[in-house]
Amino acid sequence: MLDIFIICLLALGLAWPLGHYMTGIFSGQRHFTDTLFNPVERLIYKAIGVNPNLGMTWKSYGAAFLLSNLVLGILAFLLLKFQHLLPMNPDGIGPLSWDLALHTAVSFLTNTNQQHYSGQAQLSYLSQGFLIVTLQFVTPAMALAVCVAILRGMLGGRNKRSAAEGEARDLGNYYVDLVRGVLRLLIPLATIVALLLSWQGVPSSFEGAQKVQTLDPAAPIAQQQVPIGPVAAMVSIKQLGTNGGGWYGPNSSNPLENPTPVSNAIETIALVLVPMAVVFMAGGMLRRKSFSWMSLAAMGVLSVVFIAATVYSELQPNAAFAGQAMHGPNMEGKEVRFGPELSALWGTFTTQTSNGSVNAMHDSFNPIGGLMTRSGMLISAIWGGIGCGFVNFIVYVWIAVFLSGLMIGRTPEIFGRKIETREITLLGSLIVLPTLCVLVLTAITVAIPALTGNSNPGFHGISQVFYEYTSAFANNGSGFEGLGDNTPWWNVSCVIALLLGRYLPLFIPLVIAGRMAAKRVSPVGNGSLKLESPTFCITLVAVILILNFLSFLPAAVMGPIGEALELATISVEQ
Amino acid sequence: MNATIQHPTFAQHMLTGLRAGLTLLVLCGGVYTGVVTSAGSTLFSHQATGSLLNQGERVIGSEWVAQPFVSDSYFHSRPSAVDYDPTATGGSNLAPSNPELRARVIAQSADIQRKEGVSAEQIPVDMLSTSGAGLDPHISPEAAMLQAPRVARARQLPLEQVQNLVGQAIEGPQWGLFGQHRVNVLKLNLVLDKHQVF
Repeated sequence: MLDIFIICLLALGLAWPLGHYMTGIFSGQRHFTDTLFNPVERLIYKAIGVNPNLGMTWKSYGAAFLLSNLVLGILAFLLLKFQHLLPMNPDGIGPLSWDLALHTAVSFLTNTNQQHYSGQAQLSYLSQGFLIVTLQFVTPAMALAVCVAILRGMLGGRNKRSAAEGEARDLGNYYVDLVRGVLRLLIPLATIVALLLSWQGVPSSFEGAQKVQTLDPAAPIAQQQVPIGPVAAMVSIKQLGTNGGGWYGPNSSNPLENPTPVSNAIETIALVLVPMAVVFMAGGMLRRKSFSWMSLAAMGVLSVVFIAATVYSELQPNAAFAGQAMHGPNMEGKEVRFGPELSALWGTFTTQTSNGSVNAMHDSFNPIGGLMTRSGMLISAIWGGIGCGFVNFIVYVWIAVFLSGLMIGRTPEIFGRKIETREITLLGSLIVLPTLCVLVLTAITVAIPALTGNSNPGFHGISQVFYEYTSAFANNGSGFEGLGDNTPWWNVSCVIALLLGRYLPLFIPLVIAGRMAAKRVSPVGNGSLKLESPTFCITLVAVILILNFLSFLPAAVMGPIGEALELATISVEQ
Repeated sequence: MNATIQHPTFAQHMLTGLRAGLTLLVLCGGVYTGVVTSAGSTLFSHQATGSLLNQGERVIGSEWVAQPFVSDSYFHSRPSAVDYDPTATGGSNLAPSNPELRARVIAQSADIQRKEGVSAEQIPVDMLSTSGAGLDPHISPEAAMLQAPRVARARQLPLEQVQNLVGQAIEGPQWGLFGQHRVNVLKLNLVLDKHQVF
């Protein structure tokens, strides 16, 4: 239990200075890293063909974000479809089917890393080490760029002093933000983490699989092939970039990907580090430290409750083991070196942050653990994915400000700018979107058994389907992995959920921020709503919980809650 | 100030996006992966190729990959959902409510009770559960102690001696802080073999 506290404290302790550093690199002022990075950046800007001194309005920023994704998506699809014709393929791996290549390209493009292929067995070194690693760097930096632009917009944009009321505001240069996020933030962090992981035993090589003979001559297999590769380089960015797509199929539960408890601690910290740092960065960019502390309190309370519930759940025995073994925790799908507690901690963080890597199989979690992991994904704003998590959080803040405004009988305002009908309509669409997308796709798939392909019967079967779409929509990427999900239906329907879940929740808030930025600022008075107060923080947490309860409680009853009740009845009968 | 804001056309957006994509592929996929992987394999050459273990001249396995052991003279690994095949690595993904899991556990429990001559309540849960990747190299110290009498009988060694070897093989939480008490099965079996060529 002590290790859980140490890991959480270390993550927070590192996130604080990192957030400060991030404020520095995105604020556009001189920074101590300039001497090192400015020459490289000049080179990159020349290669891309952008003038870093030019800003963008929300329209150009949004278009640059969407269209650069489109181009990158097409590139990724082509590289995956034709990997067998390309170099760096020592194990002679063939091409992906069109639907699997499409799903894989979109899944990594949306920072989801949902994998319907099986890790090392279906992708060449070029696909994994070159293409996927690149997407794992670029996609979190893209969402971070949008988040930074939204934060600039909330204070009126970079040209607020000179611009007239209603005039489009300068939210920054998308490509500058993107390049800085990759070069000054993610690459240095990933290099450090990769070397630490290599030291702990994660493979780091361009050689093919290693053949070994097994020790017991009577064993059913005489040889094992130990797959290696540039694993450490990929695993570090998959953890840091809220990506989650591992080198090996079962991700960081595989001992080669996560060999020791120390590597596990490093990977767990890496998983929440940048999402936590974004909270501190936001306070810096808004020049309101207290906004960071309010956000930290709201997220922290929810996070701790979820962790506690999941740890409790996994310390309970697995119902299938009743009477057949010593009384002990649920170890199905878990590793001895981590045990139930560190597996539960990881499971909670990875679903809250939209990371989606796993160090234990969520399909075999006890029902309450399964409920907490999917709830973390549905909320998607407790830490959340890099950039997009905090953007989701801002959306909840806007909604809470609107509701509070109604309650105290004043026009809802945030930082002096009114939230009006147009903004509320857009926010409303963001509330309805996940319900529509996840529930409709789940309903269709469950209704047609030929499409489902699940490995578990009853309530858990419904959970498997719901979890897959939730994971796709929340751009998480973890799965109840028993699902036979490499079929055209699963691939295509998940692509829909992936796209809707990525681009609308980033683009719509950018529109809102862009519109709000140009509004008249009214002075803050005594009657104004205080965002940085315990009352508002509690309202915000209530809003987050109530919205999600209303949307997804019925689905939870048909899934994990039903399963928990069923298991309780069985154990009474026994 | 408006002169500092740009309004690119659709074609400009697409072209810039393409150039950015290619540039970042070279930077992240090429430079980063290449430099970090080379540095990792130079600094930590043993770990870099899978932490392989030798018995004499023979490469006998990876420290991190469980092997199937069936002989009575060896300690056995946890059950594997993928028959210990590192290229197929994965878990059972069976839910606690799944009758298939219940049936598997009952069969395994009966098997271990017979093999080790113990009752169901004495079997630690890790010996009946498959791990996340099907390659868990460790078992719990209780699971190792449970198997000691069988191994001692098969090797005709005093039980105390085998228990001592198990005791020496127990690893505590790493740095005294992180993780569980555990025994690496392959390393323990290699020590046994060194102790007494069988």
